[in-house]
This record gives sequence, C-alpha cells and structure tokens, in this order.
Amino acid sequence: MSKRIAKVGIFVALAMIFSYIEAIVPFNFGIPGVKLGIANIVVVTSLYQLSIKETVGISVIRIFLMGVLFGNGLSLIYSLAGGLLSLFGMIFFSKIKIFSVMGVSVIGGVLHNMGQLIAAAIILKSISLTYYLPVLLVAGVVTGLIIGLLSDRIIKVLCKTNKSIV
Amino acid sequence: MNKKDLILIGAVLLAALLGFLFFNTDKDKGSTVVITLDGNQYGTYPISTDKTITVKSENGINTVVIKSGEVYMQDADCPDKYCVDKGHISKVNDTIICLPHKLVVEIKDTDNQPPEVDEVVK
Ligand SMILES: [Zn+2]
Repeated sequence: MSKRIAKVGIFVALAMIFSYIEAIVPFNFGIPGVKLGIANIVVVTSLYQLSIKETVGISVIRIFLMGVLFGNGLSLIYSLAGGLLSLFGMIFFSKIKIFSVMGVSVIGGVLHNMGQLIAAAIILKSISLTYYLPVLLVAGVVTGLIIGLLSDRIIKVLCKTNKSIV
Repeated sequence: MNKKDLILIGAVLLAALLGFLFFNTDKDKGSTVVITLDGNQYGTYPISTDKTITVKSENGINTVVIKSGEVYMQDADCPDKYCVDKGHISKVNDTIICLPHKLVVEIKDTDNQPPEVDEVVK
C-alpha cells in the first residue's frame, strides 16, 4: 500500500517537472498559451502501470498544483480542458484495447490540443480559431508518437523491475 | 505499434491535410482587417490604409497598427503579451489573438468573396 502511494507521489512529481519544462519553454502554434502536453508521458505510463483511479488522481493533482504554483486563471482553464479531455480519451481507448500504447498516446496528444482549442474558442467566442485545427492535429500526432515511444520503453522497464522485486 | 494505430494516425493526418487545403494555407495576402472583441465585431479596416486602432474594453487596452499592408499589435496591457510577441501578419486567415482581453485581429480577403446581397439586387 505505502509502496503504491510512493509510486503515485513520484509520478506526480515527474508530471510536474514535465509541466514546468513546458511552462518555461515556449511553443507557439498561433494560439497563445497552447501547450504540447508532455506531462502525458506520465499519464500514459500510469495508465499501464497503476490503476485508473490513481491516474486520474495524478492528473488532477498535477493540474491544480501547477495552477496554484505557476499559473493564472486562463492557464488553469487551458490545462484543465486539454488535460482532462486527453485523460478521459486515453482511459477509454486503453480500456477497449483497440490500439496499442502508441495509438492511445496519439489519441491523448490530439485530444489535449483539441481541448485547448475548444477552451480558447469558448473564451474568445470565436470560431475563426478552427484555422489552427490542422496544425494542432499534426502537432498532436507528433507529440503523441514521441510520448508513446518513450512511455512504451518506460512501461517495459518498470514491468521488468517489478518482477525482479517480487 | 499495430495496424490499427497506423490507421488511426493516417486518419488524423488526412483530416489535417484536408483542413490545410480547406483553409488555403499557401496563403494569399489579405485585403481587410477584422477586429472582434468578446465575440462581437469591433470594426473592419482596409489593410492598404495605414491606421492605428486603440481597442479599449473593460478587459484592457490593445493598440493595433496597420502599416504598409501589414498588421501588428503595437502595445497591450495584458499580462502575457503573446499578442505583441506575435509580430506582423498580412496573409489571409492569419490572426493575432489576445486571450486575456478576448480580442481577435483577423485578416480576410473580401475581394474574392461573393458580392453582398444588396449589390446583387442593384
Ligand atoms: Zn495580449
């Protein structure tokens, strides 16, 4: 039990490091404040290593801690929209098992960007933002692929070490 | 990576490609600057005429400058300054967005659009 809590703690800490890197390294897709969502690397790994409940917990804790520590109201809305949409999309598709880790991660990357786009469109009350949809789709696929590759590696290593401990 | 992953990735990229084609991203120069504030049209201006527009709202102040066929955000009192950092735009569908002030500056090409209804009647 305490080992699981320790693991959740480590995952939250890692997710926050990724979010922090993202906050200080600007990526500009035309829409102010849109983030790549590299913290999804932790979410994907957690989905295949821990339970859904723990994965949701890790995501929510990360988003709120980042919001409190470094964010403002707008960035919190963005990360909630992107983070939660991609989280629930990935939970759904990892459960129905159509896609491998790669596919699930790509879905996460794409939904992360869609969530932010929808949030920005609602804030601005403007549909002209759909102009950024194509570039955000491509960015989501690329981020998803990179995160999928890395997570796949991490999951395999963790599976091995888990066995060796038990 | 399995076959279904590849189909998924292919489908998303195809959708993106269609989107690029739809929005005509090889990009012609636009003719009109459209400013939208909080979902309402604030004003339209010809890009060929140099002009400085100060947009004041309860959210804050933005200074939009049209100069030599280009548009940029000269100044803004928003916290992030993304709109100022965006630089100069001149191509159709390009935008400068100030999220904190709910402001969108957009470039349109009204020359290629179908004529207005009253013009058709005339
Ligand atoms: Zn601004």
